[in-house]
Amino acid sequence: MLVVTCPVCGVHGDETDFHCGGQAHVARPASTRPENVTDAEQRDYLFIRHNPKGLHFERWRCDRGCGKWFHAARDTVSLEFKAFYGVTELPPVELMKQATGTWAEFFKDKIKAGKAS
Amino acid sequence: MNRYSVFSVARNAMNYNKDWERAWRSPNPKAEYDAVIIGAGGHGLATAYYLAKEHKMTNIAVIEKGWLGGGNTGRNTTIIRSNYLQEPSIAIYELSRSLYEGLSQELNYNMMFSPRGLMMLCQTEHELRALKRTWHANRHAGLDCRMISPKEVKEICPIINDDPNARYPILGAYYQPRGGTGRHDAVAWGYARGADAMGVDIIQNCAVTGIRREGGKVVGVETERGYIKTKRVGVVAAGHTSVVMQMAGVNMPIESVCLQALVSEPIKPVIDCVVMANTVHGYMSQSDKGELVIGGGADSYNNYSQRGSFPALEHTVTALVETFPIISRLRMLRLWGGIVDMTGDRSPILSGTDVEGLYVNCGWGTGGFKAIPGSGFVFADTIANGRPHPIAEPFSLNRFAEGRLIDESVAAAVAH
Repeated sequence: MLVVTCPVCGVHGDETDFHCGGQAHVARPASTRPENVTDAEQRDYLFIRHNPKGLHFERWRCDRGCGKWFHAARDTVSLEFKAFYGVTELPPVELMKQATGTWAEFFKDKIKAGKAS
Repeated sequence: MNRYSVFSVARNAMNYNKDWERAWRSPNPKAEYDAVIIGAGGHGLATAYYLAKEHKMTNIAVIEKGWLGGGNTGRNTTIIRSNYLQEPSIAIYELSRSLYEGLSQELNYNMMFSPRGLMMLCQTEHELRALKRTWHANRHAGLDCRMISPKEVKEICPIINDDPNARYPILGAYYQPRGGTGRHDAVAWGYARGADAMGVDIIQNCAVTGIRREGGKVVGVETERGYIKTKRVGVVAAGHTSVVMQMAGVNMPIESVCLQALVSEPIKPVIDCVVMANTVHGYMSQSDKGELVIGGGADSYNNYSQRGSFPALEHTVTALVETFPIISRLRMLRLWGGIVDMTGDRSPILSGTDVEGLYVNCGWGTGGFKAIPGSGFVFADTIANGRPHPIAEPFSLNRFAEGRLIDESVAAAVAH
C-alpha cells in the first residue's frame, strides 16, 4: 500500500485517496510550435513512456482532499516515495541528477537553477 | 524425446519412476545462433517452438533471466477466450484459442485445456449494450458466441446472486461456450519440451545485459554467460519490455504495472464455468484442485516489484462477494502479482523495429496467457520471413505514430 502526502493541502493518506496520473514532465510539442509537429513527436508525447526500473517521476491527484494535481518521485522497485512537489515545481536537485531517459534531458539545464522553475 | 503415454507411465512405474528423462536440456550457450529469443515465458517458448517446427530454424536459443515460465505465464488466472471487439484482435485471439484446442495432442503434453464456457456478465444497461455490440462484431467474424438471459445465467452458474434488487443486477451475459481455462505451467513446459526436442537451446538463469548494434543492425546480445552473436533477436520479455528494448536504444509505448490474483482454499465443485463481472471488476473460476481462482483490475501505478497493493485486492474480493454470496466466508490461500505491459490502446505489439533484425512481442497487458499459441505462431513467422505475418500486421509499432489504434480498452474494462 502506498502512503501519499499531498504537497498542496498536506493531507496524508493511502493510494485510494489519490489517483495516479502516469509519467510526469512530458513536454507537449503542440504547446510550443503547433504548426509543425511530426507524427513521431506526437506519438512520443501521447504514447512513448520511459517506464524505468528505478526512479520514476509521476503525476498524482489529491482525489479526496483538495483535488489538485501534483508531482511525485518514486522508486518503481522499492515503491518508496522520494519526494512530493507541486505541479509547477521541479523535484529536488539530487533527484534531478539521478533522472534517466527524457527526464535527464529535460532537467539538464534546470539543475543549475535549483528548485524553482 | 520419449513420448508420454499410458504405456510409458506403466513402464516407468515398473522401474520405480527412476528412468524418466528430463523434459528439456540445460545447454551451455553457443557462440552464435540464427536467432535469439529473449524471455522463456509462454510467448517466447511458443515462438521458438514454431520457428523450429514451421520454419525449420533449429539453431536458435531462448534466453531467460530467471526460470522458464516463472513470470506472467505462471502468474495469470489461465482464462482462454477470443470474444474481443476489434477485428484484428478477434483474428489473433481466435487463432490462439483454436490452437489451444489441439495443443495437448500436438505437444504430447497435457495442458488441460478446458473449454468449460465463459460468461461476461451484463450488470448495467450500458454494459448490456456494449456487449451486444461485441457480440455482433464477433458474429461477423464467425465466432461461436451468444447473449444469454438472466435465467440461463442462473442455470449455467447457480451460485450467482440473481437478486433483481442488487446494486448491479444481472441483466444477461455474453457467453462464449468454447472459452475456458488451461493449465498455465503446462503450456510453458509443453512448448519448452517440444522446442528442446527439435534442438532449440533453452538457457535459464542467464540475464541479457545488452543488445549489440552495428549501424542500424542487430549483431548480438550480451548475456551473463558471455556474448552471443546473432542477426535476429526477438524480445518477448513482458513486464521488462521497456528495459530490454532500451538496451537496443528503442523506447516503447509501454508502462509496467502490477496485476494481482489470488486463490481460495480448495472446496467442492461449485462453479463449472468462468464468470467475468466487468462492471464490478472481478472474475472467478474453479481449478481442478478446487481452489477458486480470482482476479481483478490492475494497480494504477508503475511497478516492477511483483507485489501489488491491498486496495486492488479488496476491491476485487468485495465485487465477487456481492456477485457470489456463498464465497463470503472462504479463506484465501495465496496471492501474488505479476508485472504486465500496458499499451495505450490495451492491444499487443507484434512488430519489427527500426533496428534491422530486432523484433518485439509485448504489450499483452492483462490478457496474455490466452494468446500464447497464436502469438508464438505469427511472431515466429514474422521473424523467419522478416516481414509481418498478416495477422500480426495491424499490431505493428507504427500504429502509434499513424494513429491506427486497436482500441480494446473499452471492450473489457477489467483484467482477464
